[in-house]
Amino acid sequence: MVHGEVWTIKELFVYPNEFIYWSIQIVMYPFMTGLVAGAFVLSSLYHVFGVKQLKDMARFALVFSFALLFVAPMPIVLHLQFPFRGFNIFMTPHFTSAIAAFGIVFSAYGAIVASELWFIYRKHFVEIALPLKEKQDKTLFEWFKYLVFCALTLGVYDISEESLKRDEKAIKILAGVGIPVAMFLHGYAGFIFGSVKANALWMTPLMPVIFIMSAIVSGIALCMLTYIVTMEIRKILVSRKKKPSHMPQTTEEIKGVEMHVIKMTARYLLFFLIAAISLELLDLIFRGYTAVKSWDVLRSVIYGRDFVDIFILQYGLGNLVPFILFLMPGLTIRRAVVGTILVLFGVFMMRWNVVIGGQAFSLTFAGYMHYHLPIIPHDWETFKEGLGGALSIFIMPFVLFWIFNKIFPVFSFEKSH
Amino acid sequence: MKNHVFRPLLVVIGLVAIVLIARLFIVPKDFGVWERGYMYGWHRKGNEDEWKAVKVKFQGREYCKDCHSQQYSQISGTPHFRIQCENCHGPAIDHPSDPPKLNIDRRRDLCIRCHSYLPYPTTVRGKIKGINPDEHNPGIECVMCHNPHKASKPI
Amino acid sequence: MKRRDFFKLSLKGVITAGLAKGLFELVKPEHILASTSNIRRVFLIDAQECCGCGLCIKACKLENEIPYESSVSRTWIERYVLTKDGKVHADATNAGKDGFTSTKIDLGMGKYKDIKKEDIKKAFFVPKLCNQCENPSCVQVCPVGATYQAADGVVLVDRKWCIGCGYCIMACPYGVRFFHPKYRTAEKCNFCYHRISKGLKTACVQACVFGSRKLGNLKDPNDPVTKTIMTERVWVLKEEYGTKPQVYYTNLSMEVR
Repeated sequence: MVHGEVWTIKELFVYPNEFIYWSIQIVMYPFMTGLVAGAFVLSSLYHVFGVKQLKDMARFALVFSFALLFVAPMPIVLHLQFPFRGFNIFMTPHFTSAIAAFGIVFSAYGAIVASELWFIYRKHFVEIALPLKEKQDKTLFEWFKYLVFCALTLGVYDISEESLKRDEKAIKILAGVGIPVAMFLHGYAGFIFGSVKANALWMTPLMPVIFIMSAIVSGIALCMLTYIVTMEIRKILVSRKKKPSHMPQTTEEIKGVEMHVIKMTARYLLFFLIAAISLELLDLIFRGYTAVKSWDVLRSVIYGRDFVDIFILQYGLGNLVPFILFLMPGLTIRRAVVGTILVLFGVFMMRWNVVIGGQAFSLTFAGYMHYHLPIIPHDWETFKEGLGGALSIFIMPFVLFWIFNKIFPVFSFEKSH
Repeated sequence: MKNHVFRPLLVVIGLVAIVLIARLFIVPKDFGVWERGYMYGWHRKGNEDEWKAVKVKFQGREYCKDCHSQQYSQISGTPHFRIQCENCHGPAIDHPSDPPKLNIDRRRDLCIRCHSYLPYPTTVRGKIKGINPDEHNPGIECVMCHNPHKASKPI
Repeated sequence: MKRRDFFKLSLKGVITAGLAKGLFELVKPEHILASTSNIRRVFLIDAQECCGCGLCIKACKLENEIPYESSVSRTWIERYVLTKDGKVHADATNAGKDGFTSTKIDLGMGKYKDIKKEDIKKAFFVPKLCNQCENPSCVQVCPVGATYQAADGVVLVDRKWCIGCGYCIMACPYGVRFFHPKYRTAEKCNFCYHRISKGLKTACVQACVFGSRKLGNLKDPNDPVTKTIMTERVWVLKEEYGTKPQVYYTNLSMEVR
């Protein structure tokens, strides 16, 4: 069986070798990368531009961005026919390809986020490692913990006032450098699509900018959502009177802080949402007005076959409804949750409509291809490029975040500042 | 201790060095920029020879001529001479050393590739004598009546 | 402190050496200056002479070990039927490997449309294969250098180095690339590289009954194919993509996609 034949149905005149080769994982890829970039930009708003109201969100967004960072390349790896050869991108990079830049840009970005985290949590590492070092007869677990945190300090145990000040400065510089790199990381994900001249739907110079804007939208939305969820869990913990030592607040206090942060963040979300929609509409209007050779088939896809996906699900449910939800006065937590979920859904649909929509018509401009997402897998390929693979990718950052939270405590740390 | 700020940078440089050193061992020696430059010629040179070494399967009618001179002369001069022997008899690879290997296609499907009449006057197809396979003795192999080596009326 | 200094120094040394060697591996100037070939493989197709028998497809699939029953193929035949109501009907069922034996046009999804003789304005077959472009967009986008252009202009795929990302398949405006059903790497027509490098014709050229397909060398002025390309009216497919395709057609029609 040819790769892609399982989930492609051809209609009218399609070249024999054409299939939907880029399927759900390639939808997940810009979606996850977008979340990474968006979360980082959100955290930088505090570190670089000193948006004080975002302080709580900033550290959280950074750790979450780090968790997402490990997941972002996973869709591509799962999509590769030879995942283990993926390392060839570092071995013999061919930089005329947008994908080859992936290795470099992605690693550079990863280094920046990791360094920034290191500066923020360096004091924390030392505070854990030093007492363990002095402690006699450590248990096996403590030995393990000691070794991990010793390695994390990178051999620096100086936590004097002066050195911490230097950390602050480094964080600010890294966050500043990180913004253009994060933008670039996602802009080039747009470039991967926008530069494919063979694909009439993808080829537009606006693609990288559209991708950046929607990336920030989705990143902010995901941070808001996860922030709300963790806050709710804390509220439950507090109300159950478990009261871990690092949670001194009452439910009301938490609620107050939470609402404030959400309102602030929502404002940025709306701003970037407007930018993203404007660009997408500009692209659509331009295509219709210039009406080049490919427009006939594009129109039949955009206004016909994919109408529900594009105008109802993406623009309507994913953009317009949350827009109204956030703009209506008296924002509540519940409304924010619905809004952010819809925004995330809208951005996902945007990726879907670009990746799958771009393959919904044939290179002949005289035929169509229909995509049928494999839901029940019957082999490895239909699992990894089906619903199961996509869901695993979506769940992975949350699992990683839970693990990273053990090393980079996002919440207990607030007390010491 | 004075510049702990650069510790992460050292880690990054170390990782880059590991990748560069790994390149020395993993990348084949003949991988590089060849005739068409970095944009179009960045590849492993040895792969060209790998492609050249693929086994040739179809040999051409001159290859058949010496052993099967009778059949060769029989078909030459008929309209079917333009068709290669191997189009019906299968690729001649390994044939002289392993004679039964040839897989002669006697199916009706093979003949109607050309002789199913299509009313396309603007191509060479419209000029080939043809039949409607659904009406002309359906289910019977063409070679029961026609000799493809003497393309003409039924025997 | 001394041990640390030594460690630092040795690390620096390794990094410098690695960087220098790594960069040198990446760009070797002598390779860029290497002599250019005196061969440029091109193809010439006379669409008038194609009868749609599909014997070329059969030969190609057997010669190049593409599973015969799979729907993909390195080369294929398209059928265009233009009716008097101004509509263009086209299909390329199974790449045309079993020929075109019925007047029914394949509409996909199990539907067919029978076109009667009296409705036909014109009809023709068009063989397609890799254009071995002078500026191949598929090669440009390969992230690892697994596909490349040889000195004679033929674009090849390295099955041992291909990671299977599918970017080249997306980048080809002609839809000639696919994943090999068995090897799972990117696959495409390479003008039967093993045959032409031995001086043989490609499998499809040899199998072609009416001489619709011809292989040539554009750098040889005495080559009949070169003479046709130079002196007669020829056309290429989708030249608007700027890939400079090197499969030339005579008797082509504007309806061809």
